[in-house]
Amino acid sequence: MRFSSKTTTLIMLAALIAVAPIFFPSSYYFRVGSLIFVNGLAVTGLVVLTGYAGQISLGHAGFVGVGAYACALAPVHLGLNPLLAAVVGAALSGAIAWLVGRPILRLKGYYLAVASLGLGALVSMVLANEAQLTGGPDGMAVPDPGLRALLKSAGLDLSNSAFWYAFSGVALVVGAWLALNLHHSPTGRALRALHGSEVAARTVGVDVARLKLQAFVISAVYASFSGSLLALQNKFITPDVAGYMHSIELVTMTVLGGAGSVLGAIGGAMILTTLPQVLTVFQEYEQVMLGLVMMLVMIFMRDGLLPSLARNIRGRGK
Amino acid sequence: MPELMQFLLSGITVGAVYALVALGFTIIYNASDVVNFAQGEFVMLGGMFTVFAFEAGLPLPLAALLAIIATAAIGVALNKLAIEPARGAPVVSLIIITIGASIFIRGLTQTAFDKQLHRFPAFSGDTPIAIAGATILPQSLWVITGALAIFVGLWLFFTRTLTGRAVLATANNRIAAQLVGINTKYVMTLSFALSAAIGALAGVLVTPITLTGYDIGIALALKGFAAAMLGGMGNPKGALVGGLLLGVIEAMTAGYLSSQYKDAAAFVIILAVLFAMPQGLFGRQSTDRV
Repeated sequence: MRFSSKTTTLIMLAALIAVAPIFFPSSYYFRVGSLIFVNGLAVTGLVVLTGYAGQISLGHAGFVGVGAYACALAPVHLGLNPLLAAVVGAALSGAIAWLVGRPILRLKGYYLAVASLGLGALVSMVLANEAQLTGGPDGMAVPDPGLRALLKSAGLDLSNSAFWYAFSGVALVVGAWLALNLHHSPTGRALRALHGSEVAARTVGVDVARLKLQAFVISAVYASFSGSLLALQNKFITPDVAGYMHSIELVTMTVLGGAGSVLGAIGGAMILTTLPQVLTVFQEYEQVMLGLVMMLVMIFMRDGLLPSLARNIRGRGK
Repeated sequence: MPELMQFLLSGITVGAVYALVALGFTIIYNASDVVNFAQGEFVMLGGMFTVFAFEAGLPLPLAALLAIIATAAIGVALNKLAIEPARGAPVVSLIIITIGASIFIRGLTQTAFDKQLHRFPAFSGDTPIAIAGATILPQSLWVITGALAIFVGLWLFFTRTLTGRAVLATANNRIAAQLVGINTKYVMTLSFALSAAIGALAGVLVTPITLTGYDIGIALALKGFAAAMLGGMGNPKGALVGGLLLGVIEAMTAGYLSSQYKDAAAFVIILAVLFAMPQGLFGRQSTDRV
């Protein structure tokens, strides 16, 4: 029996997530792990948008913010369970992406970048300014969805950090599975054709506008779920999650690891999430390092870190 | 009415700065098809270098001159070290490179200088001048006059000098420009130097009013970008009009609607303009060649 690359990727990812805790000396590592998975989820969505369809968004943190605040607001104002609120947030993000995406996706390259940037900026501004609703810059608390208690009553007692590690790990594997399925579907092939050449794709009958919009909506939904997960595990949320810097970090993670591959991009999320933890010693130089990494990878390893390394290793093997 | 006049005056002052940032974007975009997200950092560097040279005891004009030269050198370095090696890279990569550069410059500034806000004295005092029931700071006049002078200077440069025409030719068609013997590499370097110098000058002019600090560049780059896009990317006249328009709209929003959402005005406008006129106010419809 031969495994397809899709199955191999998923098994590798799931095994890595399941085995890693053996080497965790403290619960702090579970915490960093679940942060990696949360970012990995948003980044997987950007793989669909940037890696498959070749479009750039500099405002995706806006959707992260919508997902995060849905989990904080809907339970208070609508009495929804926070998990259901996450679904509502994702639907809202998808709807916003669909509404705004229709006009802005006619734009190319820089225009799309700046329009999405504007969208993200608007979301974070509303979150920071509507203090009576969102708590303003101080943020607000997020209620517990009660899942851990449910598991406990079923006889499975996990520590808080271990629970969220497992929960977001599973979410990431499901997200990666969906994205990989898309990659191998006719839609995925059409998206990649679009990346290669928009004009050529249109010539062979691909509905370019509709496809770009689909990719934008899908990536917005991923970002929204990422925000919800972050809100639920932190139990607290501030407008920073929707900020420009978070958008930039997400894009950097995606291209750092390699926008063309889900596993590569998740690798990028892992590197950029752990880097600041390691760099706390050099906190002064954190921005300098981040900027340097962004420039060097894009100049010398255009396909991203992991694909470039993989090619080198394969090249040497021959 | 005096209220409206006041908003108009402060809007034009801020708008002139946006116009200068937008002009910087335009020059680099025309010569190299790169949108330089580090453009706001040039404004910040212009202000910061002047502050520290001035505090070190240099006379203000000399400090400003040094700041402009140093920033232009950084612009050239950015082109040589990061943009030129990445020639032919897709738009996504170029965006990341210039964003990386802006974060890098911000980080270095923060470690080399500090995280405080700074200012230096206004060029001709702080006594407000009364105009039609409103007041304006003498420094605002410096900003507005400076922006107009730069605009006229650039216009003369592009239409009357051989080098200026070489830049325009490169912007129009790089390969054709190379064929007629234009050194397009030199043109690119020149545009980065010019654009950085203009940014730095804007920083020097506006710092006595708005203060400078290591992180003021992001907001300026975004507003300048919005202004350039409003006017039509790549069009110097569009940059000027877009900048002034954006400044005035922002001042009106702050005055009549909500000061909290004055920054939102820029983005609402840009989204609206892109919806209705994807090429901006003065942009040309471009066609794909297959």
